Amino acid sequence: MRFKVLIVEDSKASREFIAATVEAVDEVEAISTSSGFEALKLLPRHRFDLIITDINMPDINGLELINFVKKNPNYRDVPLFIITTEGREQDRERGMALGAAEYLVKPFVAGSLEGLLRRYLKLP
Amino acid sequence: MTGTKALAEFVAEATEILDALGRDLLALDEVRGRDDADPERVNGLFRAAHSLKGLAGLFGQERIARLANGAEDLLDRLRLGRLRLDDAVLDSLVDALDTFQSLLAEASRGEETDGLSRRAEDMATRLARLGSPPRAAEEDPLERLELDPQVRAVFTEYEEHRLRENVRREVSLWRVRAAFDLSDFDQGLADLNARLKPLGEIISTLPSARPGGVNGIAFDLIFGAQVNGDALTSGLLGTPAELFQLPVRPVVGAMPVATAASPEGAPSPKARRGGGRKKAARAPPPSEETAPPAGEGAPSAPGVPPRMRAVPAVESAAPLASDAGGARPEAEPSLRSLTQTVRVDIGRLDGLINMVGELLLIKANLQRLAETTRQDGAIAVSKLFGQELARETRQLERKLEALQEGLLEARMVPVGQVFDKLARLVRRIARDAGKEIDFAISGGEVELDKLIVEELSDPLMHLIRNAIDHGAEPPEARLAAGKSRRAVVQLHAEQKGNHVVISVSDDGSGIDETGVRDVALARRLVTPAQAAEMSRRELLNLIFLPGFSTRDRVSELSGRGVGLDVVKNNLGNLSGIIDVWSERGRGTAFHLTLPVTLAIIRALVVGVSGRTYAVPLNSVLEILAVRPEDISTVERREVLDLRGQTLPFLRLARLFHLPERPVGRHFVVVVGLAQQRMGIAVDELHGQQDIVTKPLGGRLRSVRGISGATDLGNRRTVLVLDVAELLEEGIAQERRRA
Repeated sequence: MRFKVLIVEDSKASREFIAATVEAVDEVEAISTSSGFEALKLLPRHRFDLIITDINMPDINGLELINFVKKNPNYRDVPLFIITTEGREQDRERGMALGAAEYLVKPFVAGSLEGLLRRYLKLP
Repeated sequence: MTGTKALAEFVAEATEILDALGRDLLALDEVRGRDDADPERVNGLFRAAHSLKGLAGLFGQERIARLANGAEDLLDRLRLGRLRLDDAVLDSLVDALDTFQSLLAEASRGEETDGLSRRAEDMATRLARLGSPPRAAEEDPLERLELDPQVRAVFTEYEEHRLRENVRREVSLWRVRAAFDLSDFDQGLADLNARLKPLGEIISTLPSARPGGVNGIAFDLIFGAQVNGDALTSGLLGTPAELFQLPVRPVVGAMPVATAASPEGAPSPKARRGGGRKKAARAPPPSEETAPPAGEGAPSAPGVPPRMRAVPAVESAAPLASDAGGARPEAEPSLRSLTQTVRVDIGRLDGLINMVGELLLIKANLQRLAETTRQDGAIAVSKLFGQELARETRQLERKLEALQEGLLEARMVPVGQVFDKLARLVRRIARDAGKEIDFAISGGEVELDKLIVEELSDPLMHLIRNAIDHGAEPPEARLAAGKSRRAVVQLHAEQKGNHVVISVSDDGSGIDETGVRDVALARRLVTPAQAAEMSRRELLNLIFLPGFSTRDRVSELSGRGVGLDVVKNNLGNLSGIIDVWSERGRGTAFHLTLPVTLAIIRALVVGVSGRTYAVPLNSVLEILAVRPEDISTVERREVLDLRGQTLPFLRLARLFHLPERPVGRHFVVVVGLAQQRMGIAVDELHGQQDIVTKPLGGRLRSVRGISGATDLGNRRTVLVLDVAELLEEGIAQERRRA
């Protein structure tokens, strides 16, 4: 596998859906977790090429995770997508302001996520 | 993912979300009318609705997604303080939960009925319209807090709201900084959270942008303290936490006493009350301005405790009544879970895995022994070797028993799962019936096999509905009878040995046994001669007869007995039994006695006329040896005298039409469930064994007295006796012969 994508999302169904979409792209491996804490532990153990995170999570929120990633010299260049739900514009704007590359609004379609993945991983 | 698999997954996760929603709603209901609902609870509800919406969207469940959107919107306004949690809001949320459950039930069957779609639409509209006007605009209290804008930038809207609330209530705010090792920071953080939670509210947890080295990580917790700085400092002794107070500028023109800038000073009384949580002193009764607006369901009885009071169904009556023209305003959604999954405590699974490890070890030892024997040939089979083999076999046996027990435990779930669902229903039934009910639950932690718990919801719902509809009197009638205005309905579970007893009781009018007798006579269920000889207890038990009352007609005597035969049958299928106690004017109680599990049971293996049967040991009380002359006949039925008590005597051979052998003595297996006892005569006792009962198919299914078949291990298949049915058979014989 050439690429690793970290998926942080507390809803199991969403997480699996995203993982399945991500892994449908050749040469991409999805590593997913339901918690922000777990994500913090995973970061130093892998070299991620992309991170996809939800905003509302029980331990730390997605914005805090973005802030952590973007302020850390080891990870700051990893592109980061946020998953938001319709109507949460403020959270979305903050995520983008903190350095998220893209946002995905639930419910999203597999096609658009795949397109974004290819673009950011520079795949044909 | 295939279609059905995806659907099953959706249903499983949605069910979990709805269960969590239900629990949180119930907790909010308990603080109904008080203004101190736990913000975490409200946020939990919001998160649940939010997840449900996302989930339903992913799986193309449009109707659920739309309603979840409405619920999320309402809960968002609630958690952000734009809406007050009043009775109308709470009732609507409970109704919305019911609608969700119906929608999910349809989704799991792949259905989509118009009636329910309409109901969901109405519900979404209702949720959107709810709400009191927002608080008058004021200066944003957050402006008074001196906080690094970079920190503020990572707050979600909700966290920002909680921070604002804390500033507004003049709670002292702190930044709690702690560094941990990356490998176990979650444990350290959990410990810190546990210390902090009793002292106030954790508003946000920020992983620090400057971690302490490669293997370290630091966190900044934004904390609203309910205690002064000294208490906070001493509360955190021994943790790696450092404290920094966040300065707050005083309100312009505020009274001097309201200043919260002094870190060491005790919080003002206002601040203490404002942030008060569950255990804090209760807030004073709501003032005029916080009372619900007129017309939105004013309480029916001012001055009574606000919990679960029956609210005149002003706004909810219209949509409910239009659904169905019958006596029941709405089809009752089944409380059965839609999913077959059991959530197992990780500790239990770990235990099982460990045990498997030990079993593998024993297997290796046995293998080694076998290998040694093979190599050494005939000469080495010594006594020592025999002893070693016996020891390993004993070990294996013990571990296998433990493994079996562990697996059984993994099937266990607390009955509270069903109780919580019922509690939500009580509120609606009480409202529809115009009764004022206090519903009390106890023993929810008692555990039963998941399969049994599942099957219990419908019978329990039936009994509770009866207790509210027919047991509990209307408030006026209760007052006239010198009782408290509100009726009490109790649901209680208790473990008694291998059984669990669940009782549903009320302090209502009780059952009039003469009325029961008259109905039974009118329906020709008993003859006048039989009725005349019946005790009060026997008369009461007539309510369980099929045909005592019918589903569509409410019987005239206080309405009891509506379909109770169905309840009894359902319980019979679970090897359970139901008992009734009632006293006129004092109330009624139904006791359900159930086995803890149906999966693996210990059985007594007996022989009758050359055939073998298994009797579940959990209902065996004792075994007697009886000579034929000890059996006497009373009113043409055989009985035994057991320490002064008359015990009905059943010859299994006769019941199953087997040839009877003349014997010098009978073995009598005394069985009992609840209050009922019976002696069953058998020829031989073969000992005890663990059995897994398999249901019988085809024509054998309807044979009375047999619950299934089991394999005894040596490829002998035997029938398993159904003790509950046999007891009933005995009673039926009594009745026929009387």
